Amino acid sequence: MRGMTLIVKTVTSLVSAFILLYGIYVVLYGHLSPGGGFPGGVILACCLILMVLAFGKKFVDDIVSERAPYLWDCVGALAFLGVALVGYYGGSFFYNFLVSPESHQGAAAAVAGNYRLFSSGIILPCNIAIGIKVAACLVGVFAVLSVFRPEPRSEDPTR
Amino acid sequence: MDITLALYLLIAFMIVAAVIAVEAKDLLSSVISVSAAGAGLSIVFLLLGAPDLAITQVVVEVLSLVILIRATVTRKDTTYDLRPNTFAVAGGLVFCALLCAMCYYAFAHMVPFGQPRMTMGLPYLLNTFERTGAANAVMGTILDFRAYDTLGEATVIFASIIGAYVLLRHVGRKPDARHDTHR
Repeated sequence: MRGMTLIVKTVTSLVSAFILLYGIYVVLYGHLSPGGGFPGGVILACCLILMVLAFGKKFVDDIVSERAPYLWDCVGALAFLGVALVGYYGGSFFYNFLVSPESHQGAAAAVAGNYRLFSSGIILPCNIAIGIKVAACLVGVFAVLSVFRPEPRSEDPTR
Repeated sequence: MDITLALYLLIAFMIVAAVIAVEAKDLLSSVISVSAAGAGLSIVFLLLGAPDLAITQVVVEVLSLVILIRATVTRKDTTYDLRPNTFAVAGGLVFCALLCAMCYYAFAHMVPFGQPRMTMGLPYLLNTFERTGAANAVMGTILDFRAYDTLGEATVIFASIIGAYVLLRHVGRKPDARHDTHR
């Protein structure tokens, strides 16, 4: 699979960093604004797939190996389960042991303390784990379906 | 602010797009029509006040459009011919009528919109902000109160993706089977 034209490559190299940044924002601020781990992970996967489509298979083979999506998929799933199991430290499965104590003091203190990145306890690590998992599994599905398949034989003129 | 008219227009657009997606002879047209229906659905979510779902819907729709186009364009023949079968058409009409009748009775006895009989969600909505510290009530529900369900969903996605890898990868496949199956 070859890459696309120079125009597409230039636009992709300008834009892909911002798409990646937006995906990371959606993952990290899922508890404060609409979004969360799943859409953020899909945006990250979209950015990687855009790079695959624009620059071709060779460029991406240097960055991502065929094994990397499976490994990160497993890492994300195990991290989510690990956050759940660490909840036993506070008493039960998925116990939100990291939530800030001032947020239990009533609505006024909650308003002062809640609109922060680390205000919501285990929701942030769960979002990060789900984001990694979703991004890796979608990139892996795309790779398995299109990139790592053998090159079509020469009678196909479009590829 | 009357969004009912906009909702009716969007739903009509989605129905037309879905019918085109089913009936189109060209696979590429079908894929694009499915995406048009999905885009309409994301705008419906946005109008009904569910921005989380709208973001998820539009993003997944874009990704699935890309994957489906990659999967269909590389085929040699992207058209298919489905002859109308009298029995199939008659059966479809009968089941459509049955479904419409069932929907009529179901919606006639439905609880009014916004007044659910089960008030389980009310404590979640009232206490999310103080108990979990999440300003986004959806995220506070699915990752704190209902995190066990989310773990189940993540497990389902994980299992299905691993299954897709195992079926589609080239590692364990016989060399002569490659060129027969990838097209």
